[in-house]
Amino acid sequence: MNRHTWYRTYRPYISPMDPCPPIKVKRYSTPPNLFVGFQPPGLEQFPALAALKAGTLWKCFYDPYYSLKELKRGSENETASP
Amino acid sequence: MKQLPPEYYSELEEIQAADFVIVELALYLHTHPDDLDAIKQYNEYVKLSKSLKKAFERKYGALTSFGYSFARCPFDYKEAPWPWQV
Amino acid sequence: MWVYEKKLQYPVKVSTCNPTLAKYLIEQYGGADGELAAALRYLNQRYSIPDKVVGLLTDIGTEEFAHLEMIATMVYKLTKDATPDQMKAAGLGAHYANHDNALFYNNAAGAPWTATYIQAKGDPIADLYEDIAAEEKARATYQWLIDLSDDTDLNDSLRFLREREIIHSQRFREAVEILKEERDRKKIF
Repeated sequence: MNRHTWYRTYRPYISPMDPCPPIKVKRYSTPPNLFVGFQPPGLEQFPALAALKAGTLWKCFYDPYYSLKELKRGSENETASP
Repeated sequence: MKQLPPEYYSELEEIQAADFVIVELALYLHTHPDDLDAIKQYNEYVKLSKSLKKAFERKYGALTSFGYSFARCPFDYKEAPWPWQV
Repeated sequence: MWVYEKKLQYPVKVSTCNPTLAKYLIEQYGGADGELAAALRYLNQRYSIPDKVVGLLTDIGTEEFAHLEMIATMVYKLTKDATPDQMKAAGLGAHYANHDNALFYNNAAGAPWTATYIQAKGDPIADLYEDIAAEEKARATYQWLIDLSDDTDLNDSLRFLREREIIHSQRFREAVEILKEERDRKKIF
């Protein structure tokens, strides 16, 4: 599951009077629990050790959060994926 | 002071992985009490967890008190390191 | 009753002696949406909720204590050998004056934990909606903590804790569906 699926963005109003350099795009999390509904049985699982690492047994709920700093560092050396 | 061998961490992680599957399935079964496959998987992991812990406790001492592990002499459950120290 | 097991739910590794990070992490120890509040909220609500969801509140409440121990481990390791000067430089001078390097149930701003953070309304839907909100707020807190932290090992454990909030929220949402009407359940599949 692509982790970017679980995030949405919006563009806040930017005033010429704002003192800080503007953040043009704001990101927010819309995690999988908002979309799955009542979990159907038999969903695809991680093996035990990978489940522990992911924090969930079921792949459809896996939604790791990375800070923008981490994402930037990851795209620089292509190691963002866990 | 007791020093832990490097394999302590990987052996502990195997237990943590087995017990994590158990926790996940336990929460799932509260809302899906009739899922026979999940119940079978739960019981498989209970079996695995018990056997991993038996071997782990023999090497590093009791993991639980209050009768959930057998006690040896001296009573090693009380010995450091505690989970936040390792 | 409860039984203690001498292990963490998930490994906690900390790369640097960093009391400043401990000051932020304490939000999830003794803050409004922290693990103590979560555990006490669920384990208290369970006495006045339909039997169908008592077990879920009991088990999630119990897991929260495992998360509380993980946060405590992070704070403990980040401050373990920090000197008074390092504590002061990290903004923990006031904490040191009262507690030395001991942990205490307060939030990142130093306000002590209070029962006013939690609620038990006696109304099952009101209580479960509070629980869902609490999980989403805790998830958000973990996001901001990951934003503040440069410790890659620590962020790994924080991501685990954030993912658990997603699963707990999922189960509480299912509990609401179960209370809405048992016989409607099949239709939702």
